[in-house]
Amino acid sequence: MYCVRVWSVRHSRGLELFYNAFERVLVWLHPLWKRIGYERLQRPVAAVERAVKGLLFDCRMCGQCVLSATGMSCPMNCPKQLRNGPCGGVRSNGNCEVRAEMKCVWVQAYEGARRMRDGYEKIRIVQMPVDRRLEGSSSWLRVAREQGERRA
Amino acid sequence: MIFDDEPVPGYPLPILPGHTSPGRFERVLRAGAFAVTTELAPPDSADPEEVFRRARIFDGYVDAINATDGSGANCHMSSVAVCALLTRIGYAPVMQISCRDKNRIAIQGDILGAAAMGVCNILCLTGDDVGAGDHPQAKPVFDLDSMSLLAMARMMRDEHHLQSGRPLTHSPRVFLGAAENPFAPPQDWRADRLAKKVAAGAQFIQTQWCYDVPMLRNFLRAAEDRGLPEKAFILVGVGPLASAKSAEWIRRHVPGVHIPDAVVERLAGAQDQRAEGKRICIDIIQELRELKGVAGVHVMAYRQEEAVAEIIDRSRVLNDRLPWHPDREQLLKERQAS
Repeated sequence: MYCVRVWSVRHSRGLELFYNAFERVLVWLHPLWKRIGYERLQRPVAAVERAVKGLLFDCRMCGQCVLSATGMSCPMNCPKQLRNGPCGGVRSNGNCEVRAEMKCVWVQAYEGARRMRDGYEKIRIVQMPVDRRLEGSSSWLRVAREQGERRA
Repeated sequence: MIFDDEPVPGYPLPILPGHTSPGRFERVLRAGAFAVTTELAPPDSADPEEVFRRARIFDGYVDAINATDGSGANCHMSSVAVCALLTRIGYAPVMQISCRDKNRIAIQGDILGAAAMGVCNILCLTGDDVGAGDHPQAKPVFDLDSMSLLAMARMMRDEHHLQSGRPLTHSPRVFLGAAENPFAPPQDWRADRLAKKVAAGAQFIQTQWCYDVPMLRNFLRAAEDRGLPEKAFILVGVGPLASAKSAEWIRRHVPGVHIPDAVVERLAGAQDQRAEGKRICIDIIQELRELKGVAGVHVMAYRQEEAVAEIIDRSRVLNDRLPWHPDREQLLKERQAS
């Protein structure tokens, strides 16, 4: 929902703090996830993730979430799905070139990043192209697995 | 500017130390000359003569010619083909790649093919939305964005492999460029975005049309704070406006083009608006030339291509430099004789 998405950007700082704590728990529980089996967890967790992030960010389930690096404004809502900054067509009122009634996802991203603790550092990272195979899969589980395995 | 190791037209130059391409455009920029580039609108035709005719009107005034890639999401002859034709004559084309129409498999193939045909310069763009063009029913691809395209092209050149990891036996020796629009929101972040493009591999930048020099100055100052002009050559986009009416139309309908009221008023007040449009363009070029951090201009004169030569000539930015073109040798001989 658009108005919730706008709210999320306005509260990017709080969401950042919440997510950082949430991620620590996720990673801490890696042994448990592993015992249950990541494959088996994929569908239910992805469903929860889709519902929660769909509500908060209009999440498109790209499966490789970069919200922390985009001011809590989901770049997949950009009609061109730009993950590295705005295009050159942003309207003078800051709205999208393609969807004139929508605020540019990246204008919002910078606003959100300004409010976050690590927002400015992270928004400057060059994001690699999306791995289209991960579409629809849970980003949370991927983070838990990757970081859990790195720690182990 | 003449290079003594200038080979047969269309053949690559030796790559000098610190250079990445065998092309003339990189040479001109690194030699410190104020460079001039322009844009060729690819024809709706399969006739190569039409491409050559469109290139010929720039002879002697530009260092490189951009071939647009379905600009405004309209279908025309492909950029890779236009560039390949231009290299046959010896011109230095800049191949534009937009992420709108092709995925990473097609784009990497085009980069290899273009480099094999002698294309030395690539401009990495995101591209306009399909809704803006003549095929709004088409599927927009956007598999990559301009930033990841830059990173991929640089990887092919410097790390000698495809994105899949498969090695290349001969990597594309290309000079990589990107676009920037200092005049669109979020303006305070545009220099940061440019820094990101430079970090991803951009070696030269061509900007959107500049009609507001003070705004550009702010952008350049922010770019300078980040040390960008030392890492990438910034060519500022300029172009003549045909009339006050067309300026109004562009302002209203072309997102991302910023034309201040003062410019429109100056046009409206002129007796010959077309001539005044050129005059404004020349004034801006002369102002840009004095700015620190500006390496050249990119003249985009859509539907007024014949005006490019006059604008460059009257702005005197080339000094006595005669950019390469097919008849240059003869012209130089004539100059010497007289």
